[in-house]
Amino acid sequence: MTEDPAPVLRLRGINKSFGAVHVLKDVGLDAWAGKVTALVGDNGAGKSTFVKGIAGIYGFDSGEYLFEGRPVSVSHPKQAAELGIEVVYQDLALCDNLDVVQNMFLGREIRSGLTLDENSMERRAEETLRGLSVRTLKSVRQKVSSLSGGQRQTVAIAKAVLWNSKVVILDEPTAALGVAQTEQVLSLVRRLADNGLAVVLISHNMNDVLQVADSVCALYLGRTAAQVDAGSTSTTQIVELITSGRSGDLGLPPTLAQEAVA
Amino acid sequence: MSTATAVPSDTQDQAVAGAFRGYLDRVRGGDVGSLPAVLGFVALVIFFSAMRPDSFASTRNAANLLNQAAPVIFIAMGLIFVLLLGEIDLAAGYTSGVGAAVLVVLLTEHGVAWPLAVLACVATGLVIGTVMGALVARLQIPSFVVTLAWFLGLQGVLLLVVGEGGTISLSDETILSILNKNLSPALGWVLSLLVVGGYAAGAFLGSARRRRAGLPVVSPAVIGLKVAGLAAIMVAVTLVFNAERAVNPAIRSLRGIPLIVPVTLVFLLVLTFLLGRTGFGRHVYAVGGNPEAARRAGINVPMVKIACFAIGSMMAAFAGILFASYSNGVSPTTGGSSTLLYAVGAAVIGGTSLFGGKGRVIDAILGGLVVAVIQNGLPLITQKSGIQFIVTGAVLLLAASVDALSRRRAASTGQ
Repeated sequence: MTEDPAPVLRLRGINKSFGAVHVLKDVGLDAWAGKVTALVGDNGAGKSTFVKGIAGIYGFDSGEYLFEGRPVSVSHPKQAAELGIEVVYQDLALCDNLDVVQNMFLGREIRSGLTLDENSMERRAEETLRGLSVRTLKSVRQKVSSLSGGQRQTVAIAKAVLWNSKVVILDEPTAALGVAQTEQVLSLVRRLADNGLAVVLISHNMNDVLQVADSVCALYLGRTAAQVDAGSTSTTQIVELITSGRSGDLGLPPTLAQEAVA
Repeated sequence: MSTATAVPSDTQDQAVAGAFRGYLDRVRGGDVGSLPAVLGFVALVIFFSAMRPDSFASTRNAANLLNQAAPVIFIAMGLIFVLLLGEIDLAAGYTSGVGAAVLVVLLTEHGVAWPLAVLACVATGLVIGTVMGALVARLQIPSFVVTLAWFLGLQGVLLLVVGEGGTISLSDETILSILNKNLSPALGWVLSLLVVGGYAAGAFLGSARRRRAGLPVVSPAVIGLKVAGLAAIMVAVTLVFNAERAVNPAIRSLRGIPLIVPVTLVFLLVLTFLLGRTGFGRHVYAVGGNPEAARRAGINVPMVKIACFAIGSMMAAFAGILFASYSNGVSPTTGGSSTLLYAVGAAVIGGTSLFGGKGRVIDAILGGLVVAVIQNGLPLITQKSGIQFIVTGAVLLLAASVDALSRRRAASTGQ
């Protein structure tokens, strides 16, 4: 496990129950600036619950939530946004009838007096897209309804990084995309990290994970099986962590892995 | 994309051609905008003028047509806000009736000064709209049901206030003048100059600001063509209305642009500014386009909805003032029968979508003119009111089909 600079985002011993169902059991995750951290796990492993908690959609029942080393309390999406944590959900939450600039600034429009400052917004949107080396958009004044799936994903990601955010969490960004568009989005994910952001990539797809991730955190039935360095771990090991919670001396102790199944 | 100021004329030509091609592409892609309304208006005017050259195609009738159209246009301008949300306000017609009743009762029976009566009328609309909006946004009752209930309730209120079969007449000069007086011919030219000059100044200044900000600008030639087109329309309109149209000019001269034209232009300007240039307007479109995305962006969706219903009902109440002005009073049917359907028809014919998220205030005016031409021209051809209903219904259906088809086309071509 990489122990170089302190993680921007560190979660330890997180628990979350919905009624009688104990969904997250002592889950943990580290995300570093400049790195892509993949959050993997089978369906029902608790990825979505975990991310929604990080984003402040609901609070965790217990556990440590450290942001830049300080313990913080996040129980509302606004608080997460103020810290600089942005989530791009799978459904992207874009308005088809608005253009790219209008979507990127939705709810946080730049105003000058009574009116919207369209020119400043357009310029900043252009700058952000240029900073991400996005060249797939013809014009930032195109309506989102005219964009392809990959372009929409790009807009949603650009919207998330527009606010000098420090952590960007991407929920299955390539799930609905074709091969070429998947490549585009993955290279964009890589560039986000290279620009100094901490990226958390939720994914089902091992190819995506191996292509861009620096670190892999595997969830297994509501527990963190292990967070491992992507470079020094084989695909087989990651798959085993996902499917059985352990791989050799990596992962959960045999008793816990067994107990989780029971 | 040309950013230079002095562009050689052949590139200017290319810019114009490019802008025109872009427009054609948008239309082909399903983004027809107000094109059907404009074409429909022109076709209907030509048709009725050919059929009834002396009664329809007279300047007198043209002025009457505008005054006739005004109340429906005002209701439709308010409805645009509700339609943009993807909601409907079935009570808008009777809201205008009740607004008219409040106005006329205060003026005639209580001797209240007209500014106060107008204020009370618009405040009535505000209350009606806020309550309806709150029921839709907070209790999440479908707007169809909420406004249907208000449609019935307000009809009852109007009947109780005015009395069955009764009418209350209005004698306030100021209110009556709105739909009965005209601008002097000189003022008409001033108005035209203001409209064209204002549009040109806005377009060129905005373009200059974009150039300074280093953003791509529309070619000056394209703006120039638009300004020239608007100028041509304004000159034609002013010439038509400044011509003498009295039956016997020796007794009483009747000339000039109807007063309702500048009144409508002011509302058009203010509401268009609200929708297009303010944060509130942006949020209205966002809620209409994707309420969930709007909510996640931190927009107070219920407040936006309530505000839209309030604006819609205030505009309807204001339309009530116009009804009172046009018919010299109020009756239990003011704003009733097919008023609301004409208003919805006007908005949809003008290019506003019933599915929400797409529409402009000017749609109400363009569509309202189409509806008014049918309402005005058909009785000159046939006395059968049955045919008039059928034709208006058919036009509404046609407009809704254009809306639905352009949506499908837009979805398939990705526009």
